[in-house]
Amino acid sequence: MEVRRPPPVRRLTGNEGRAPRVPGAPAPPEIAAPDAGSNGNGHQRSPAFAVPTPQTTRDTPIAIDRMHVEELSVAYGSKTAVKSVSLPIRHGEVLALIGPSGCGKTTLLRSLNRLTELTRGASLSGRITLDGIDIAAMDPTALRRRVTMVFQQPNPFPMSVFDNVAYVLREQAKRRPRRAAVRGEVHDALARAGLLDEVADNLDHPALRLSGGQQQRLCIARALAANPEVLLLDEPCSALDPLSTKLIEDLIIKLRDDVAVVIVTHNLQQAYRIADYVAFMYIGELAEYGSAQRMFGSPREQRTKEYVSGAFG
Amino acid sequence: MSAVTATPVRRPDRATASWRLSDRLGLGLAWLLGLLFCAIAAAIVIYFLVEGLRYLRPNLLVTNPAAAASETQTGGFLDPLLGTLIIGAMSMAIAVPVGVGIAVWLSEFGRPTGLARVAESAVEMMAGEPSIVLALFGLTLFTLPALGFLSQSTHGVVLGQSFFAAAALLSLVGLPLVVASTREGLQAIPSHVREASYAVGKTKIATTRRVLLPAARPSVITGTMLGLGRVISDTAIVLLLLGGTLTFQSANSVPLLGLLRGTGDTLTGYIYYNAPTGDGNQPSKAYAAAFVLMLFVLAINLGVDFVVSRSRKAVTWK
Amino acid sequence: MNEDYFLEQDRDHEFLEGNRGLSQDQRAELGLGALVFVVVGLLVAMLAFVLHEAWPSFAHNGLGWFGGGGSVDQQIQSLFNSGQYKTLPNYTFHAWPLIWSTILITLGAVAIAFVTSLFVAVFIVEFAPAWLRRILEPVVRLLASVPSVIYGLAGVLVIVPLIGNHVVTQGEKASVTPTIQLSGASLLAAVVILTVMIAPIMIAVFADGLQAVPRGWLEGSLALGINEWRTFWKVAVRTARPVLVAGTVLATARALGEAIMVSMVSGGVPFAPNPVDGLIFFFEPSQPLAATIIRNTEGLSSPALKHTLYAIAAVLLFSSAMLSIIGWAAKQPMRRYGVVP
Repeated sequence: MEVRRPPPVRRLTGNEGRAPRVPGAPAPPEIAAPDAGSNGNGHQRSPAFAVPTPQTTRDTPIAIDRMHVEELSVAYGSKTAVKSVSLPIRHGEVLALIGPSGCGKTTLLRSLNRLTELTRGASLSGRITLDGIDIAAMDPTALRRRVTMVFQQPNPFPMSVFDNVAYVLREQAKRRPRRAAVRGEVHDALARAGLLDEVADNLDHPALRLSGGQQQRLCIARALAANPEVLLLDEPCSALDPLSTKLIEDLIIKLRDDVAVVIVTHNLQQAYRIADYVAFMYIGELAEYGSAQRMFGSPREQRTKEYVSGAFG
Repeated sequence: MSAVTATPVRRPDRATASWRLSDRLGLGLAWLLGLLFCAIAAAIVIYFLVEGLRYLRPNLLVTNPAAAASETQTGGFLDPLLGTLIIGAMSMAIAVPVGVGIAVWLSEFGRPTGLARVAESAVEMMAGEPSIVLALFGLTLFTLPALGFLSQSTHGVVLGQSFFAAAALLSLVGLPLVVASTREGLQAIPSHVREASYAVGKTKIATTRRVLLPAARPSVITGTMLGLGRVISDTAIVLLLLGGTLTFQSANSVPLLGLLRGTGDTLTGYIYYNAPTGDGNQPSKAYAAAFVLMLFVLAINLGVDFVVSRSRKAVTWK
Repeated sequence: MNEDYFLEQDRDHEFLEGNRGLSQDQRAELGLGALVFVVVGLLVAMLAFVLHEAWPSFAHNGLGWFGGGGSVDQQIQSLFNSGQYKTLPNYTFHAWPLIWSTILITLGAVAIAFVTSLFVAVFIVEFAPAWLRRILEPVVRLLASVPSVIYGLAGVLVIVPLIGNHVVTQGEKASVTPTIQLSGASLLAAVVILTVMIAPIMIAVFADGLQAVPRGWLEGSLALGINEWRTFWKVAVRTARPVLVAGTVLATARALGEAIMVSMVSGGVPFAPNPVDGLIFFFEPSQPLAATIIRNTEGLSSPALKHTLYAIAAVLLFSSAMLSIIGWAAKQPMRRYGVVP
């Protein structure tokens, strides 16, 4: 099977980095009856869970390249986890990595910020570039400030909410900044993460006493405080209840205007709700890559069709 | 698709160039002190190994010590060696049942809560108490006429120094370790095991005896060994409560009881005696005795490791 | 657990076998409870006894007990004599040189050991190569269980001659000859040996605590672009603060109560080392509280000396109790942010 090359990148002319906002608030998903038979667009039968109007349709999608993954292979010892994957990651888009368990999605994600190096016996070949520069040639800590990650299990530090978000700002600066200096940025990050309203009255509240959903949003705020260019999310909602999940999904949709988002998810419905582009990984290979509409509506590969329609998982 | 042979990329070294100066200093200091510690630890171990082997002769293990001026006549340390074994056995014979009892009470019963809290604090306080204080107390306690039967008396003055006295106080030294370890072992057993036992009609005490304690056996053994290690390493109580006589001085002619009521010495006391600051001043004997004592301690440490590693593999509470 | 269940059983038993009085459990609880009560009572009685015996010495000297004045040796001698010759007990005792010596030796050793042990523990847990870590962990545990008298032996045979013959110069010795002798058994020797003794204990406790920090926190910090040293220091060490406190309290208690080893190397002269003396300060002999007890146990027959020795023991007891309380108090503020002690 040959690897599909990703579609050509559309380069932005003029307003760098500013993608036009979707006019008006996104329409809430209609809880309609599942589609029986083909929908009006002439596409093939959509998956049973598909809502007729996904929130993520944009009129004029504009994106700039952030990262390129070129023929990346990752092996742990003798076991190859990722085989020769090539993808672009673009600012202004949410890229979802989907696939059954153990197919290399998380490994691929972790190689984007060089966390795979922390595992003994890991070896890579291929190239990943950030804004054209090979990340292997960069200082890993500098890379990880530009490409931050949120994990599956919320892992706020055992400090107050303020200290958690300010941690990144304090530790990355040359001299430890005063509290007043970082307060503005902390508020910003919390606002972007949608948590400010809930914790504004007491920013010194211990972080570990927040609920699971709040903790995860705190982790996202923490990751945003570093002002990253790419935000990596490793199944962020798998440990959370549906309400928190919804809040975080809304958050991700809002965030994509500021950062490039890559999210690994087990949950096809979630990918359908929030993704612009989808990469389907199967046993370490990139089986198919394309826009979310195409992948869920009319996927080209047989395996993708089977996975998306729930034949296996 | 054929398997891609991934050419391993050399993991780039920690690029410390971008770190702040304080970070680099910190890392450097950690490495420096770590290696320094290795060097000092190696020096200590090698030093005692070399000196001990130099002076250790098999006949030392079987000869009785004697007070004499020259090295060839001062004999070996059979009595102190036996003394260490006796005192270890006696004190743990008291500490283990008492300690397990206390641990079971704290873990399974624990009412009234006032007493439980006081007991916890008391045991913890014991753990930190200097043994010299215990020794002083013991000396006064065992010189009371009422307890004269536990040691010798001359002209109506109770000596107060005997194996019984020393073992009694040393059991207090080993007790906190047994209690802590046993309690931890009991508390690690999940509640569904207890509930399963109660559900078939067993009483709490029967459950404890038949189910919980056998399951917590590795912890009990670990606690016993740790306590034993503490006990045979103690010098202050031994010096004050055992009499420090080089050979066993039995109180009377009754074989075992006389011995235990009499005075003697242990390896720790013997080492103290033969150090340059002691009366005997035979460093060569002190080295040899130190070597043998360290072998005991090493054996106990290895025993604890063995028990812990075996227990980890054995039982899983899923 | 359902109490009714037990009662039902008891009722069945009683029905079948007659009134057995207390149930099995109740008897066990009473028995074990009595055991606990006895042991606790024994400890409380011991505490009370020590304080009772110590009281005459404190009562007579008041706060001056802790002050300076006179030569401790002479005071001990006269306390001993009053028992020998059955004269009126004279409890005069000023323990300041002993207290000062205890403070210097204990705090000195704990301070040095704390810094060293923290960095060594960080090294062992995070930065040492795997093969080195496998060797170091059992070695640390072994060193932590070495009997103190063996450390004392090494101190007397190696450190003391080293200091006496190679570090202290003849000139320095001559300058203080009338008052004291600089033989190498000194403050420095005691601090060095005590540090070597308590460091492995602290390292073992610290390393355990650092290893218990959830890896997720460390990974989270790395993923935010913080370098490894800073991550470990700011997240792991900060999280392990209660363990650091516990380990320090444990080591300080050991250091305070260490009588045998310290008496072998500290010089046995109840002299208060004087910082004004400059470098010689480190070489001056002294005698801390615990060592004083050891050295004077022959005199227990004299009531005056006995009360004084008990007074010293009471001070030691009180200090270790205070240490536990300080440790507990230091951990309280840390509970708030989820760093569970």
